[in-house]
Formats: sequence, C-alpha cells, structure tokens
Amino acid sequence: MTDSLIPWDAEGNLDVLTFDLESETFALEATQVQEILDLLPETGVPGAHPLVGSVVNFRGKIIPIADLRLAFGMHTAKATLDSRIVVIEMAVDGEPIQIGIRADSVHEVAALSRGASEDAPAVGMRWRRDYVRGLVRRPEGVIVLPDLTAIFASVLGGTVPSMPAITH
Amino acid sequence: MSASILAVDDSASLRMAIKIALTGAGYKVTEASDGQDGLAKAGAERFDLILTDLNMPNMDGLSMIREIRKGSVQTGVPILFLTTESDDGVKAEAKAAGATGWLVKPFVPDQLLRVVSKVLSR
Amino acid sequence: MSSNDPVAAFLVEAGDLLDQVEQDLLDLGKNLQDADLINAVFRGLHTLKGSGAMFGFEALAAFTHHCESAFDRVRKGKAAATAELVGAILAAKDHMAVLLDPAAPKGDAAGEAILDRLRAAMDDETAEPAAAAPVAAAPAKPAATGWHLRFYLPGEAMVNGLNPLGLIDELRELGDARVAVLRDRLPPLDQFDPTQCYFGWDVTLRGDVSRDDIDDVFMFVIDDMELQLEPLVAEVEAPAVEANPIVEAATAPAASAVPAPPSSSAAAPASPAPAVAKERPAENVRVPAERLDELMDRVGELVIAQSRLSQIAQDSSNAALRSVTEDIERLSSELRDTMMVLRMVPVSTLFGRFRRLVHDLANETGKTIELITEGESTELDKTVIERLADPMIHLIRNSCDHGLETAEDRLAAGKLAAGILRLRAQQSGGEVIISIQDDGKGLDRDRIRAKAEGNGLIQPGQVLSDQELYQLIFQPGFSTAAAVTNLSGRGVGMDVVKRTIESLRGTIDIASTPGKGSTISLRIPLTLAIIEGLLVRVGEGHYVIPLAAVEECIELSLEEDLRSRGRSFITLRDRLVPFLRLREMFATGTKPDVFQKIVVISTGNGERVGLVVDQIVGSYQTVIKSMSTLHRDVSTFSGATILGDGSVALILDIAQLVSIGQQQEERLRAAG
Repeated sequence: MTDSLIPWDAEGNLDVLTFDLESETFALEATQVQEILDLLPETGVPGAHPLVGSVVNFRGKIIPIADLRLAFGMHTAKATLDSRIVVIEMAVDGEPIQIGIRADSVHEVAALSRGASEDAPAVGMRWRRDYVRGLVRRPEGVIVLPDLTAIFASVLGGTVPSMPAITH
Repeated sequence: MSASILAVDDSASLRMAIKIALTGAGYKVTEASDGQDGLAKAGAERFDLILTDLNMPNMDGLSMIREIRKGSVQTGVPILFLTTESDDGVKAEAKAAGATGWLVKPFVPDQLLRVVSKVLSR
Repeated sequence: MSSNDPVAAFLVEAGDLLDQVEQDLLDLGKNLQDADLINAVFRGLHTLKGSGAMFGFEALAAFTHHCESAFDRVRKGKAAATAELVGAILAAKDHMAVLLDPAAPKGDAAGEAILDRLRAAMDDETAEPAAAAPVAAAPAKPAATGWHLRFYLPGEAMVNGLNPLGLIDELRELGDARVAVLRDRLPPLDQFDPTQCYFGWDVTLRGDVSRDDIDDVFMFVIDDMELQLEPLVAEVEAPAVEANPIVEAATAPAASAVPAPPSSSAAAPASPAPAVAKERPAENVRVPAERLDELMDRVGELVIAQSRLSQIAQDSSNAALRSVTEDIERLSSELRDTMMVLRMVPVSTLFGRFRRLVHDLANETGKTIELITEGESTELDKTVIERLADPMIHLIRNSCDHGLETAEDRLAAGKLAAGILRLRAQQSGGEVIISIQDDGKGLDRDRIRAKAEGNGLIQPGQVLSDQELYQLIFQPGFSTAAAVTNLSGRGVGMDVVKRTIESLRGTIDIASTPGKGSTISLRIPLTLAIIEGLLVRVGEGHYVIPLAAVEECIELSLEEDLRSRGRSFITLRDRLVPFLRLREMFATGTKPDVFQKIVVISTGNGERVGLVVDQIVGSYQTVIKSMSTLHRDVSTFSGATILGDGSVALILDIAQLVSIGQQQEERLRAAG
C-alpha cells in the first residue's frame, strides 16, 4: 500500500519481472521469481479459496496456482499460447512456500525506478488499495506492484475477495 | 600419493573429528567402527598408519593390535592408539601388543597431525 | 544436523550412548553379576567421557569420570555392582543428559549430590581422585650448546611401526646433527632376522636443544630404548666417530634396507590375511531425516518420469528403447521399495524408552510392575515412531497409575503381587498394531458413565456400547481420577493422545474386563510417506481414497440414485449408511456416470459413510505429499499425490468425510 513495502535498492532501483493480466501490467520482484513455466495440467481443489483454486506438480512438489485476476476484480479467462506460470517463493504465515502465479503473458526483467513510482491513490482506484504496494509510471503505461503478502493473507483469513467497488 | 590412514573408533563423532582433521591435511582416511571392523579392514589392505581407540565393543583396541601384528599385511605399519588414561600401565600394555605410539584424549587437531606426521616420518 | 559437524554428531551419539547405558543399567539391575553388562556400561561411560572432553563438554567429562572410575573398579573386581550403585549411576545418567545441554546452569550442586550418592554406594569416603595429571615432564634443564647421544632401539621397534630414520630426521631438525651407525650388535648372518633392529646410532647434535626436545623425539620409545645422553661441552670437538662422509652414506641404505616393510620374505610365509572376523558387524550411517525426504521426492519424480518414458516406449517400435525402458521400470520400482525400507526403524527404539519410565513409575507409585515387551523388531516409519512416543508415555502412565493395583490389593484379589504391563507390536497388513495391556482392575464403566453424564458428554441413560463408552475417555477434559496424582489424571492428554493417533491416520481400540485389566490398541499405518490408495474419478477430477479405510464398493444405479435423492442413505446389511455425493460436494458441474459407485469407508471405530463416485479406476501405491499452507483450511483433503502421468490427485481425508456424513445423519434424524 505504501512505497515503504517496496525493497528499492540503494540507488532507488528495483529489478522486476513484468507480466500481463487482461490489459494491466504487473510486476514481481525478480529475486522472488524462481522459474517461468509453460502451462501444466492443473488439478482443481474443491473447497479451496478461488484465488488459489488449483495445484500443479512442480518438480515433485504440490504447489498452489494463484490467479491474481480474482484479487483485482477481473474475470477468469481461458489460457492461451502465451499463458505462463511464474513460480515464486515467498513467506506465507512465516513459512517460505512456492506459489505459481498465472500470467496471460510474461515480459522481460526490467528495472523500475523509485522516482517514477507513487503510492496507490486513496480514491479513484478500481482495486482494493491494500492489494497494491505502488504504481510505477513508464512510457508504455503504468505497472502495478501487487502486495502478495496482503493478498495471500486474505486467503488464509478466509475473506473472499470482494468484487471491487467501481468508483468510476 | 597421500598416506592412507585407518581410523578405528566406536564413536562416530570422534571418527568424524579425526577424519576432518586428517583429510584436511591431505591424508586419505578409512573408518572402522570397532576392533572387529578394524581388523577386517586391516586384513584387506595395507595402510600407512593405523589409529585406534582402545575401549571398543566387539573387539577392544588391544586385541585388535595384537591380531594385526600377528598378520603380515601391516608389518612395520605404525599403530597409534588413543587413550584417556595417562597411566603408564595401559601404554606399556599397548606397546607390548605392538602399538607404536599414542595420543592422549582430549586432543586438538594440531596435536593429532603432529603425532601422525611424526610416526609417518615422510 | 549438519553431517560434517562433529559436535552435532557427538550430541546425537551421546544421546544414544546414554540410552544404551540406561538399558544396560536396567538389565544389570536384574543381574548384578553380568560381566558383559558391567563392561558395556564402563565402555559407554568411557566413550562419553573421552568424546565429551574432545568436544568441549568439560563438565560432562569431569562428572562422567567419577562414574567411569566406579565402574572401572567393578570391572576389575575391586568393588561389587550393587542395586545402590545402579541407582546412583541411573541418576547420574540423567544428570549427564543435563550436562549435554549447553544452556545447563553452571554450579553443579545436583551433580555433587549424585556423586555423594555414588560415593555412598561405592562404600568409600572419597571418590577416586581425578585422573592423575599427565606424567610431569622431566624439568627442562638449561639448554646446552648441544648433545651427544648414543641409542639402541628395541629390537621389535620396526616391526611395530617405528621408523628409525624418522627419529633421526627429527633430531636433524633440532640442530646440526652428525650421525654414525653403530653396528656392534649386528649378529652373524645365520642369526639375522630382517625384521629386527640391530643398529644403534651415535649422534652429535649441535644447537639450542633442550632435553625436552630430545625426549619429545623419542617419546614413544623412551621407556624401552637404551639411550645415553650427555650435554656437549662448549668448544670441545665432537667425540670422534667413524669418518662422517662414509657414515652419512651408510645410514640411509642400512636403515632403509632393514625395515623393508612388507618385504617378500616377511609377507610370503605367513597366512595371507589375519583371521578376519567371521561375521562383519552391520555398519550404520546416520542420515538426517530431511535428506531421506529429499531422496524420497527425487525417487517419486523418477517414478513419474519413468512412467512417461514407458508410455513413449509403448508407442515406439524401437526394440532397444523398449528394452531399456523395461530395465528402468524395474530399477525404479526396486529403488522405490528400497527407499521405503530406509525410513523404517524397529519399534525397539520406542519401547526401549519406556523401561526407564516404568521403572520410575513403579518407584513413584510404590507398586511392583513388570514390563514385558513383544515384537520389538516390528518396523515403522521413523517419523511415526517419533510421534508415537508422547501418546504412549501417556497411556503407559495411565495404566500404571489407574490400571494396576497396589501389591496388597492385587494379593487380596487373588493376583500375583507384581502387576504386568505388556507392550506388544505386530504388523498386520499395511498397519502396525501396538497394544498397551495391563492386568489391573480394568476400566470402571460406571465411573466413566457418571463422569460423562456429569460433563454433559452423554445424556443420562443414553444407550452406549462398551466401545462407545470407553472412547469417551478421549474426550477433551475427561478424567476419572478421584485424586489427581503427579502422574496422570489431570484430564489433559487423553484427548491429545487421540488427536495425535488420528493425525497419524491411526485409530484407538479399547478392550477392558473388570478385575482382569485393559488393553489399548493403536492401529498405525506403516508409513506416513506412502499410502495404498483407491483411485477414483469424480467428474473430471481424480481422487485417492486410502485403501485401509475402504470397506467395500457397491454399484449405485441411476434409478437408485434418483430414488435416494433427498435421503442420501443406503441400506447396507440392515444398517442405514449415510452417503455423500462427491460430485455435488466438489461442484463438478458434470453429469453423473450411468453406473456410479459407492465406496464405503470407515474410521475403524464403527462409523461409516458411503462416497458416491463416478468411476473406480484402480488401486495404487502412492507417495503422499503435503498440501500448501494456502490450502490448509481445505479439510476435505489430507494431502495429494502425483499420478503416473505427472498430474496431481488429492487424497480424501477419511475422518473429515465420515464426520460430515455423521452430521448429515444427525440432521436427518433430528428432522424426523
């Protein structure tokens, strides 16, 4: 939600992997990213939180697949040839786990600059503000830095991501 | 070629400590977990040095040294024993059995290396 | 545990040693004359002391030294093994465990008290003085300008591994040495034994060399050799020996020719190898459990990759490929079997811990208790064994405290004075049954009922089978002990026992006869890592039902299905069994198959439920994987597994599904 959650380096830069969901571009810290996979056969988990509704076999480990669309009020979509799964490792509830993040397409690693970043606006945004750590403006458009910790905390807390209150 | 050493001790941690110290100094170490195991290994291959504990299950160090000295595979190979007793009786007994020298526990790696290089005299 | 940290290895080893010493002491307590046991205890203490000192546990080494000395005296027949001594050393063993903890408090009053006890048991006022300080080195004399040495080594020195050249090299390193060989003791050739050392050496050593330096060179032989040593007087010409150049030249060949380690003459005649022990003792390697888990994962992946390869090979006409694939198939299945075995450890590692517990419990309660163990070689997954320890401690305490009577009560009831506690393990299919049996007074049905009614667990007058009634003792907060003792009866624990056993996918059965005793049986699957599962299809998804829970599979025709709609009960041998339509539970959105199946599952204590599935695919042995933290709230599944094609199938949680079924049953009953 605020800039302070973003691990800028001393020069105010951050290496990220950018990817698209619908018409939005999101970014994950490059250090979190372990691997980018082509789509794998997924197994649905009945009764699971819709954000993490399936699992895949990633090198013999069962890892959840997260669809961030649902956290950002987008509709689920069928996979395409460009679809990928970005495997990241992060701490959830104090335990480092691997999660596959669904992406419509994955771009390259880019360096974001702090100078171009701003906090998520308090009003006027289509998304839950606590799911966004910040926005970074670039010539090609705005990049969203999602707050995965907050998003997955809501999975554990059992709150279904409310449909966004569209304010515009 | 690096000298090969047979280390006989029923304590895995001690064997590990010995192995780390000796391999760190470039020696090749074969481990045995008691006198019987040590005797079997000493019967199979000639070593440049044998290092053994005395108090061990199945076969104690003294009996193992005697048996090794009865055979010919390790003729002239130095045998060092580890002991906690500073009592000379044990040393005399071990030397009578055919041991070359000893090292008093506890020891630090440097002491071990010094004694080993002393009897290897290469 | 890092596998190359000796201190960590020592801590593990010390724990094992202490356990072994304890077992040996307990055995020794029963047979105080057993020399093997006395030796074993001595060795254990000795190793603990020696290694402890090596790895910086000085307090442990010093404390253990006293116990070792005591046993050394017993071993040498200078003192007798007594029950008091065994008791004192048992107490000392506990204290040693404390001293292994780096956080143990300093100041050893507890240790002193135990040593007092030990001294009393050894019947002497003072424990042996600490090991004599290493023999004091001869006081260093002022360094001379040099030394003149003449020495002869013991005859067998070279056979015993001493290299005279090495000693001379060491002398050379101390200073400028002139060396002459003394051949005066060389025997006539016909008496010459090539393994003997006949030479002597005369060395003039110049330099700042102390007597200690020289003693150091000869440290291993100084007591057995002939050595004449005199300081060199400054400016005096070294005593003349044979001409140096010749001597120097002579030394090397002479000395090196003689030791001839495995010279042909020495090696040839003797038997080729010394008598090798008939039976090689089993060698063990300690491996951290996580590594086994990693290996298990790799093996699992291998099996999956292999089955993909098999599919490719089947579609191929390449005979060589097919043959190699068959080999790999066989190897990977063998590898998997071996892997399973690696994780298994004998139950004796678990039962062993309880001997001391029962010993202490007998002391605390003043009862006489005989512990009998059976089936100790039965093997179980290591993780399972570790998790069984606490529940078993609780059940054993319960038996000793509440089950077994005092000697007087037993005699009055016509029983032997000593109560018998029997621990038994046996394998039965994919399960191990561990039972804790006592011949005490048995569970008190009336007291349990009264208590349960008082707690509102059951309705007054509610009809319950014995099994149902006994199972109540595992309800949270349930305790029948009239007086809360130090041991048990606080009502904490029995519910934890049940939860722990269930988390191991096990069940608890209780049998009890008033006046005769009770038996608690724990049925535990052999391993947590592997499961024999029934693979079923529901809609488009595949799920695994643990085969151990499956009672039977029956067909549910479409019309029966329609008829049963809204009831969700089937009649099975005159009993109504609730069933769950998994297709609806999992919201598959697919049409049911024409021939659906009902898989009847049960938790083992009589509660059963039917699961309606579309298809039964077959039974498979599968490696259980845990689900991610993000799915921890999904209680319908206990884990997941990877199928032959690499896809994931979820494993159904039996206890959870049965409880959902029971709730459904209750709702329907309540509704009419």
